[in-house]
Amino acid sequence: MNVHLYIWQRGTAALLAPMVLVHLAVIFYATRQGLSAAEIFSRTRGSLAWGTFYGAFVVSAAIHAAIGIGNILCEWTPMRDKTARGLSLLFGLFLVVVGARAVLAVVFG
Amino acid sequence: MTVNGRPRWTCRTHVSKVSHGGTLEIAPLSNMPVIKDLATDMKPFFEKWQAAKGVFEPSKTRDDAVEPIKPHEPERIAADAGIECINCGVCHAACDTVRWNDDYLGPAALNRAWTLVNDRRDAGQVPRLQAVAAGGGCHACHSHQTCMEFCPQSLNPTAAIASLKKLSTKAYLRGKITS
Repeated sequence: MNVHLYIWQRGTAALLAPMVLVHLAVIFYATRQGLSAAEIFSRTRGSLAWGTFYGAFVVSAAIHAAIGIGNILCEWTPMRDKTARGLSLLFGLFLVVVGARAVLAVVFG
Repeated sequence: MTVNGRPRWTCRTHVSKVSHGGTLEIAPLSNMPVIKDLATDMKPFFEKWQAAKGVFEPSKTRDDAVEPIKPHEPERIAADAGIECINCGVCHAACDTVRWNDDYLGPAALNRAWTLVNDRRDAGQVPRLQAVAAGGGCHACHSHQTCMEFCPQSLNPTAAIASLKKLSTKAYLRGKITS
């Protein structure tokens, strides 16, 4: 891992740390209050704030995980670095697509 | 050499401290090519020192006055913490990241680079930071601290590497080096 990837991985980790706490708080709130799916959607649909929050969450998680997976592939498999980084990029793009689908469904669905 | 599965400075390690029930199993150092029996080829180890720019680059000529370096300057204290390396290769043999990543420069080479980073007489700081910030450089370290655990000189290469990470990250963000 070079300094460029290091900064992206640590930077996204710094963003994700508070986001995960907020995400957990939201889960606890929703379950403790016994909110139904319809009640949750009534709060999230059309909400720019939730869309921005979870959109940033998805992008940060995708970058962070892709760099980490790339490191594991480089160190634990005989794969060449370029191949490992290429595969991890594909994995990151996959996370962006599935994450974006979820966010769009919750905010605009 | 490796003694009972652990890298040791064998000529200075008393048998009573490392034998298990009176048994000693000796092997060559790990993470280095074996020449024969217990002898390893340390060429790749020292090539990594070169790759980490672990060579002093003079900034003055013999005609210039000697640069005064006071013992209590922070940079001198930081260099002192790592300068007693004896190049034994024990940290290199103990390092998981060296085992996993052929390109990783290793704790000894990076510790050497850190001592030079703290030498203001040295003129090769930017190329050195560039070298240690590249793939296989300081950012590949997982901070397992096995280098520190096994160093016979009680040095802490992990701390030196952490300082290199910080310094090279700042240099990158300020545009002094590239990735």
